[in-house]
Amino acid sequence: MRLFIFQRAQSVDEAVNAQGAFLAGGTSLVDLMKLEVLNPDKVVDITRIGLDKIQEEASGLRIGALATNTDVAEHPLVKQKLPALSEALLSGASPQLRNVATVGGNLLQRTRCAYYRDLGTRCNKREPGSGCDAIDGWTRMHAILGGSEQCIAAHPSDMCVALAALEAVVRVRSATGSDRDLPIAELHLLPGDHPEREFALQSAELITSVFVPATPLAAKSRYIKVRDRQAYAFALASCAAAVEIDGGVVKAARFALGGVGTKPWRVPQAEAMLTGQRADKAAFAKAAARALEGAQPRKHNAFKVELAKRAVVRALSLAAGVAT
Amino acid sequence: MDEITLTRRVLLVTAVGAAVLPACAGVKSREMPPPKPTGDGLIDLALTVNGEKKTLHIEPRVTLLDALRENLGLTGTKKGCDMGQCGACTVLIDGKRVNSCLQLAVQQEGRSITTIEGLARNGKLHAMQQAFIAHDAFQCGYCTPGQILSACALLQERKPADDDEIRERMSGNICRCGAYPNIVAAIKEAAS
Repeated sequence: MRLFIFQRAQSVDEAVNAQGAFLAGGTSLVDLMKLEVLNPDKVVDITRIGLDKIQEEASGLRIGALATNTDVAEHPLVKQKLPALSEALLSGASPQLRNVATVGGNLLQRTRCAYYRDLGTRCNKREPGSGCDAIDGWTRMHAILGGSEQCIAAHPSDMCVALAALEAVVRVRSATGSDRDLPIAELHLLPGDHPEREFALQSAELITSVFVPATPLAAKSRYIKVRDRQAYAFALASCAAAVEIDGGVVKAARFALGGVGTKPWRVPQAEAMLTGQRADKAAFAKAAARALEGAQPRKHNAFKVELAKRAVVRALSLAAGVAT
Repeated sequence: MDEITLTRRVLLVTAVGAAVLPACAGVKSREMPPPKPTGDGLIDLALTVNGEKKTLHIEPRVTLLDALRENLGLTGTKKGCDMGQCGACTVLIDGKRVNSCLQLAVQQEGRSITTIEGLARNGKLHAMQQAFIAHDAFQCGYCTPGQILSACALLQERKPADDDEIRERMSGNICRCGAYPNIVAAIKEAAS
């Protein structure tokens, strides 16, 4: 790890004016600083500026950016109103990591692409314009949706997949002191020709909270994760799904995929196909196929196309209460 | 000799040190002073470790794990992967289990840190330590301090319903000797 200047912020305003890399739980930043993938000149500790409350508002829950993954996953209102969010968080990492990893940090979690983490290889995300050793490399864990010729790194977060399906809105504070709200679908950028640009945020902006609508749909949401081992592993494919049913017919459906996209992957057209259909596996499979349209598997991850479709069918079936 | 102060390190260093290691790496390494300042920007830091206030003068990039082992001589906390994946470095911060390798020491001011050295009381091992011995829940012992602290926190969080739940909630602690069945048995006994 390279040397840096350390500052402990006492308030949100001090943090956004500090002009440094925000450090909360450290599970991403300290890890990547040790690898010298990230080398900030200045690190700003934001763990003592509040922002850790989980509060009920009229139409949903507002979750502070510094609430830990454990706090959110175990919160009674989250379990009751947003079960997919709790399930997604509990499926990720380990208890030790969840105890310190924060919602804000998870929203900005960096890819686990092995080439991004290895200074001995080329990576456009780490070093813009240097090339991508992943594309012709070992691609088993990489994205099949949303990639470009510059980058196929999969988005690693479970939480973000649930938040995408639940249509969360991220609140951001700028250095000028003003707040703005950003739908989660707009927070993460596709790699395109600039994989180093990962978030629709300005450099000094700080995520202060995330709002999740507590709809009847969200109350029946579920999260499914398929991985190489039963615990403590990143997703090969995952799916957060929510279905509202009336008399066996789908009134509304939302789902998002993880482990397969360069960002949490949602296809509104595939969700819309379900509205008015009988809530059965045949309908779910059609929507799943639509969601995976355009998938570009690489040498070692062709299996993800079918795996992701099955994860979608499984998650929708669970959320709808249809036998899997 | 007092059973608790007879640590693995003392045994290893005493046995091997004279023959192989240079003099500076002998038993006295436990009391070695902090590394000399190598540049500007060192930080004075007060940590509370196992109920005792400790002062440090260190670079901000020093992890809690390195501060415990290298600066405070508390070598019971182990460095395994050093990237948050194996759990050997697990300590309790304000009662919660955390990977100390991914925490900067400088962030911990005012927080209460418990390491494996802080579990025994008045020369009597903690019930979880006793259970690990009773069930032979280790082989090489390297992951054991982390396993024990993680297991203590697990019971503090809530009692597990069954073996599967213990396995899932202990998934952040890897044991390459494969002592898992006995670890589960030890935690079950300590839980009852």
